[in-house]
Amino acid sequence: MNTTAQEPIVTDAELVARLQAGDESAFEKLVRTYMPRLLRVARRFLSSEEDARDAVQDAFVSVFKSIKNFEKNAQLSTWLHRIIINSSLMKLRSRRRRPEQEIETLLPRFQEDGHQVEPSTPWTESAQTVLERAELRDAVRKSIDQLPESYREILLLRDIEELTADETAEALGISKNVVKVRLHRARQALRTLLDPSMRTVPA
Amino acid sequence: MSVRPYLPCSEVIGFLADYIDRVLPPETIVEFERHLAVCASCVAYLASYKETIRAARIAEDVIADAPEELIEAILRSRLQ
Ligand SMILES: [Zn+2]
Repeated sequence: MNTTAQEPIVTDAELVARLQAGDESAFEKLVRTYMPRLLRVARRFLSSEEDARDAVQDAFVSVFKSIKNFEKNAQLSTWLHRIIINSSLMKLRSRRRRPEQEIETLLPRFQEDGHQVEPSTPWTESAQTVLERAELRDAVRKSIDQLPESYREILLLRDIEELTADETAEALGISKNVVKVRLHRARQALRTLLDPSMRTVPA
Repeated sequence: MSVRPYLPCSEVIGFLADYIDRVLPPETIVEFERHLAVCASCVAYLASYKETIRAARIAEDVIADAPEELIEAILRSRLQ
């Protein structure tokens, strides 16, 4: 183990080189630098703080184990992001499913002629007001939490974590087409849940 | 001369994700835009669908903290 004073670690490439050489101070640097970002991702997937912290800890255990195999040209942050997503999903799978609303009840309904049963009206609030008002941000997060699990995780992976459809399909072990269908339904369901708070003018 | 029928709202809303990702064939985009030019409900739906995605991003963009006890637990597990 080498914990003597060395050149400061500046770039990720230097950090990886030190990690691969087994430098303990590099591990602490890695944890201090990246842990907040990993915890933030885990908290999106897991509603319990304890579970989120467990997922972060599991992620670092697997980082410590597999850093040897990390390829020089890969992006450290991307690799860590993938690891925390996998450990969050694993933790999520180990939790008992809570009762949830059927997605169909949250999708738009159509008449026989193809028109919406209840025509949509414009929103008066926007994403900008969500940014400005904490209670609206809470409402949006609560609505995301209300989505059925198999839809919520796809919305998080695609729209929040910005994985591609292929990466999402791989992470969940489902087809790209299922990802696509569920993402659209998840967004529609979330839109339905947000509609009352985003539309302050009565329809 | 016969008038081409408009796409039904159900199809416009059904393919909204493809429309905003710009992966629809050009002739379908023309049909979409013909519909949107005359349908206030779908225009409102499209705008709120896009706003939903933005709102979700903003709401989940919380500041990340670094609990010291978690850092220490991780470093301890490393030494085990
Ligand atoms: Zn329409």
